[in-house]
Amino acid sequence: MNKPKINRVEMPRQKADKRKGNFNEVAQGYTHEMAKTEASRCLQCKKYPCIKGCPVNIDIPGFIKAIRDDDLPGAVGVLKKDNILPGICGRVCPQETQCEELCVFNKSGNAIAIGRLERFVADWELKNKDKVKPVAVSRSTGKKVAVVGSGPASLTIAADLARMGHDVTLFEALHTTGGVLIYGIPDFRLPSEIVGEEVDNIKALGVKVELNYLIGTIESVDELLGRFDAVFLGTGAGLPIFMNLPGENLSGVYSANEFLTRVNLMQAYRFPEYHTPVKVGKQVAVIGGGNVAMDAARSALRLGADKVYVVYRRSEAEMPARREEVENAYEEGIEFIFLANPTRFLGDEKKVLKAIECIRMELGEPDSSGRRRPLPVSGSEFTLDVDVAIVALGTNPNPLITSTTPDLKTTRWGTLVCDEDTGRTTCPGVWAGGDVVTGSATVISAMGAARRAAVDIDKYLKGDYIRPGQYWRESKGEEPAE
Amino acid sequence: MYKILETKNLAKSIYLFRIEAPLIASKARAGQFVVLRVSPKGERIPLTLAEWDPQRGTITIVFMIAGATTCQLSKLKEGDNITDMLGPLGNPTEITNYGTVACVAGGFAIAVIRPVVKALKEAGNRVISIVGVRTRDLLFWEEELRKESDELILTTDDGSYGRKGMVTDPLKELLEGPESINRVIAIGPTVMMKFISLTTKPSGIKTITSLNPIMVDGTGMCGCCRVSVGGETKFACVDGPEFDGHLVDWDELMSRQSTYLDQENHAYKCLTGTGEEHRS
Ligand SMILES: Cc1cc2nc3c(=O)[nH]c(=O)nc-3n(C[C@H](O)[C@H](O)[C@H](O)COP(=O)(O)OP(=O)(O)OC[C@H]3O[C@@H](n4cnc5c(N)ncnc54)[C@H](O)[C@@H]3O)c2cc1C
Ligand code: FES
Repeated sequence: MNKPKINRVEMPRQKADKRKGNFNEVAQGYTHEMAKTEASRCLQCKKYPCIKGCPVNIDIPGFIKAIRDDDLPGAVGVLKKDNILPGICGRVCPQETQCEELCVFNKSGNAIAIGRLERFVADWELKNKDKVKPVAVSRSTGKKVAVVGSGPASLTIAADLARMGHDVTLFEALHTTGGVLIYGIPDFRLPSEIVGEEVDNIKALGVKVELNYLIGTIESVDELLGRFDAVFLGTGAGLPIFMNLPGENLSGVYSANEFLTRVNLMQAYRFPEYHTPVKVGKQVAVIGGGNVAMDAARSALRLGADKVYVVYRRSEAEMPARREEVENAYEEGIEFIFLANPTRFLGDEKKVLKAIECIRMELGEPDSSGRRRPLPVSGSEFTLDVDVAIVALGTNPNPLITSTTPDLKTTRWGTLVCDEDTGRTTCPGVWAGGDVVTGSATVISAMGAARRAAVDIDKYLKGDYIRPGQYWRESKGEEPAE
Repeated sequence: MYKILETKNLAKSIYLFRIEAPLIASKARAGQFVVLRVSPKGERIPLTLAEWDPQRGTITIVFMIAGATTCQLSKLKEGDNITDMLGPLGNPTEITNYGTVACVAGGFAIAVIRPVVKALKEAGNRVISIVGVRTRDLLFWEEELRKESDELILTTDDGSYGRKGMVTDPLKELLEGPESINRVIAIGPTVMMKFISLTTKPSGIKTITSLNPIMVDGTGMCGCCRVSVGGETKFACVDGPEFDGHLVDWDELMSRQSTYLDQENHAYKCLTGTGEEHRS
């Protein structure tokens, strides 16, 4: 087993008792010294296993070497060649199951902290813009592309296509760009200024942005095809799933999307300076076990809740949330109730939430996802007194576009049927990528899909190849599980 | 940015704004709404469209001061800009020739029932409009609506004009009278729509109500606007805003609408600096 001479360099974090009272970033980033020490641990393996774990194939040893050689502008250049959003990815990518998992030091628990180094380089760039060469943009091709949405998939493809010389316009329904990065992920994990800065870098490539522009309502995809040479859909999976339980619409019951949108996009934690309110519960229950549940629980705590529970129907081992975030939540005092599932929401005479009733679960045989299926234990109901409940059980794509574009085929989850390698949908001239194709996934997988689609759109626009008939063929891919 | 071209104070605390928004104007239809933000720190609020003019590229909204955001909005002048506006949102009112339709509006909703009345008339319906306000000072556009409708019935709570009482009184008489009413469309405060639905329920006449729950995005992303309709959860912004009033869980809707009353009052006090609480 490979063992490094020195251990992985820890990243400074705000102390738990302090950070649970503010929305400032928890992880504070490496100093230059720390980054150099960490970079010096990299063996620069000839076979670079880490790159295979990266959905956008960043030249990881390359940028780490540049840090080691004190060439930070060079490190920025290497990173940005493949990842236009390094400040974001360095903060929110699940490196532990991607690049870092394949690092030769991982077995001894000492993988190179690739994510932290990526973040370090990105943060350095923000403070030293004048020292970095601007990204080169090819000569204009005169071709026009409409990109719908402005989440990581759309931002990535916009940047790629702009660099290839195409004329790109982003259409975003909300009043700000960034998608989930700006409305979902809280400031204490990903400050909105970082998203803003990285978006500005993309606009600087000549990408035009139309805000408050809901495709499917203001303009259909077919209409877009009338004035653009190609259309990319990066509209995400924004429709919250509810459980259809009694009392689910009581005052005090939120979807995670609503709760997080109020807190992040609308900055309700600064009410009344910002005008959007959010209900600050005394006792809050968050239902679910993913990253979204962790973000909602930790936000509720920061707003001032006395007690925050996370209710999850399986056991801790099955939780889909990143380990690091679960540990952060534990440290901050979130209480986990495993193997329990809500059965109804109870209200007072004014229809305001006062408790949830849950039932204990036990794990049975593995289901299609390979995880053991949770089954209710009859007669084990118990109630939890709460005045706010947040349902964080996932999302599906919004049907607004597909219902107005008959050519776009969808799966039974509402995700777009699409060729995995190229992102082509079933509608000629239309590509897609990100959560709208996969269902809720990750920032980097959305970016990977966008990069593949950019290559295909570029070929199409330059007329490199035409294969009529099978051009917009259907996917052979599997339908997503759960 | 969306430029305000014209402002009018229609009645006490009720304002009209005509705003430059060519894209919205070119697509708008009766019953649809916009979501707007007054300032970069503002909240997103839905407002139903009162008029639109695709040729001139303008839309008109009418609102009553009901809290901090509408108060802030009312302070804007001609030439000022509204930071963000998204629309047209929601499904348009379903218009065909039903026969005779009673259109009921409460308070400043008189502004938003007019496009519905006009569209119904164009489709060949006979339209009886019923408008109820608290007191005469809050009434506007009476003559316009009278011309656009076949018949107009007015009520005031205090008897200062028209009939004294609630809109449900003349509606009940209509239902019991000789003329057959084929459909009722109601827009206004939630309690009013609840009682209209209760009034028409025994006769089973289809009663369409335009719901106004709290919204955030207005695109189906947050679920803030959800309402129980016939035991099913619907998102008012994309599945509505119009629903069969006989199936809506009105008490639940009113409870959800009052979720932020305390904060609203606090924000209103901060804004006006008067220490006076707002009552809507
Ligand atoms: C709370 C939360 C925490 C998360 N944490 C992580 C994490 O730590 N790490 C990680 O890798 N991933 C995380 N994810 C998942 C990740 O954010 C998503 O997988 C990713 O953002 C998907 O990107 P996208 O570009 O496909 O879509 P989105 O980010 O969803 O963006 C879609 C955009 O399209 C817009 N849009 C939709 N419909 C239309 C339309 N009709 N017209 C115009 N615009 C439209 C939307 O408003 C939105 O801005 C998290 C998700 C959430 C909700
Ligand atoms: S307002 Fe957010 S879903 Fe309707």
